[in-house]
Amino acid sequence: MTNQLSDVLGHFGQYGGRFVPEALIGALDELEAAHNAAKTDPVFQAELAELHRTYTGRPSIITEAKRFSEHAGGARILLKREDLNHTGSHKINNVLGQALLTKKMGKKRIIAETGAGQHGVAAATAAALMGLECVVYMGEEDTRRQALNVARMKLLGAEVFPVTSGSRTLKDAINEAMRDWVTNVATTHYMLGTVAGPHPFPTMVRDFHKIIGEESREQVLALTGRLPDAVLACVGGGSNAIGIFHAFIPDAGVRLIGLEAGGDGIETGRHAATISGGSEGVLHGTRSYVLQDENGQTVESHSISAGLDYPGVGPEHAYLHDIGRAEYRAVNDDAAMAAFSLFSRTEGIIPAIETAHALAGALVIGNELGPDATLLINLSGRGDKDVQTAADYFGIPL
Amino acid sequence: MSTALDVVFEKTRAENRAALIAYIPAGFPSKSGCEKAIKALADAGVDAIEIGYPYSDPIMDGPTIQEAAEISIKGGTNAADVFSALKVASATGVAAVVMTYWNPIEKYGVKEFAQSIADNGGSGVITPDLTIEESGRWLEAVGNSGINPIYVVAPSTSDARLTQVTSKTGGFVYAASVMGVTGARTNVSVDASALVARVKKTTALPVSVGLGVSTREQAKQVAAYADGVIVGSAFIKLLLNAKSEQEGLDLISALAKELALGVREGR
Repeated sequence: MTNQLSDVLGHFGQYGGRFVPEALIGALDELEAAHNAAKTDPVFQAELAELHRTYTGRPSIITEAKRFSEHAGGARILLKREDLNHTGSHKINNVLGQALLTKKMGKKRIIAETGAGQHGVAAATAAALMGLECVVYMGEEDTRRQALNVARMKLLGAEVFPVTSGSRTLKDAINEAMRDWVTNVATTHYMLGTVAGPHPFPTMVRDFHKIIGEESREQVLALTGRLPDAVLACVGGGSNAIGIFHAFIPDAGVRLIGLEAGGDGIETGRHAATISGGSEGVLHGTRSYVLQDENGQTVESHSISAGLDYPGVGPEHAYLHDIGRAEYRAVNDDAAMAAFSLFSRTEGIIPAIETAHALAGALVIGNELGPDATLLINLSGRGDKDVQTAADYFGIPL
Repeated sequence: MSTALDVVFEKTRAENRAALIAYIPAGFPSKSGCEKAIKALADAGVDAIEIGYPYSDPIMDGPTIQEAAEISIKGGTNAADVFSALKVASATGVAAVVMTYWNPIEKYGVKEFAQSIADNGGSGVITPDLTIEESGRWLEAVGNSGINPIYVVAPSTSDARLTQVTSKTGGFVYAASVMGVTGARTNVSVDASALVARVKKTTALPVSVGLGVSTREQAKQVAAYADGVIVGSAFIKLLLNAKSEQEGLDLISALAKELALGVREGR
């Protein structure tokens, strides 16, 4: 099958599309046109590639996790090291692309939402690099959980706006960013941080992240002489997962496995596993799976990982799930933290807690597939930002 | 088929004035308080009432309506309460419509929602985040139920797009006066009259202006060029700040009477 799965209106089957106030249609059309032009513009592509080479640090390397593999049924485990990118996660791929588009559209101000702070830090970084004004909306609850990243954004010259409405987390930060955008759309670009939101965001953000899968497909082939048996990534909104999955969609023999945040367990209702435990609906401008009650009100999500703590998911994931091309499983907080600890001690790499969900998935899937299997895991972010949370969890005094 | 909303605009057109349209969320300030507020507004002379379906993620609403929605959702408001408020409103003799974000409609069932609006005396539904591209099932459902699909347009909407949107609209076109979210404003932007003029080039439907109107003077100004004047946050602010439910009802009644004078002074 092809990996171009959407129609011209941004639909992936029954998912995607645009559910937004009419006030935003002009800006979305403008963004779509700029992105379409950029895709075939050699000057734009060269500029972005040069930034990735000299600023992001691409291509990111592949590391083989030999000691961790002993706990994963002996399966060969290859890590795509997006944690080594500048700013410490895959998020930089998207923000550099969108910042270049912002300049092309002649806008001087960007706004962004952030949960864990990784996208906020990346957006603030891109804004500083390109001389753009930057406002980051962040749930008040998350500014407390991720105080270090708030300071990083401020040091980079961004204004951080704590959001006090609703559940005071990522979904409310997106609401507030949308309200800002509706008001200031003529001068402002909304630098959405994941593969959700109204068209063209799901396809555009994916296009800026698909380099992860394109690089690693070549790297794994060169290293092992064949394609991996499975590709694993954590899924909140789904940007790092779609980034590594996309190049492999046509490779029918490669299983694509997304690990969602199971929180306290799906059965408790306190989780953020939108595909595993949600239902079809519309949230933040796109049709996908949503955590919602019987009246269509969004239900608050729960996860130890602020970056996965979101009650929606990108529409391309919803579609890949429904057609059976990708599978999605939930990993509970405790399993993620156990993998976080094990991985730190066996590989000398402290992963982001988001990423630890994918690592926990690898422990299970490696045992299912056995020692002849090769798993490619997107090591989407580093865990420095999570030291406080992890220390609290493991009872390490600070 | 002619709805109560169509009758209102025929009447206001005959009287050479704009219609006054009030917005109140279902279940706010409480279930019984909402019913009393609807009756107070109708008695004070509003021509039509929009019942809001409180939603958890209201991206088009400012802090005032967000706060009202949170209070209502905490009170357990559901679709049945929205339809019940709609029934109360239409029983007073005013035209009644519902304003809702899309997801609650989809969750309830698209056909079923449209039919429940009709069954409870509603004339239409305003859907601020439903684009015409995503409206296929909805337009079929409202057509079958004989109610009006009311779309919102903005100052940034291009002329070509206005033609597309108004061709799908029924009842009236909701013109957002400014780029921004709901909430009372000191000045209703000059964008509004320009937008109304552009909309009128594309359709014979009445055009109502919302976002920011809170005083008799503003109502008068907007009534000079629009067929309807929509007021929401100003009423809600009064109810939120009132010391008692009765005081709130008295205050919104007084404001509605003032606004009803305003919409008659515009031309």
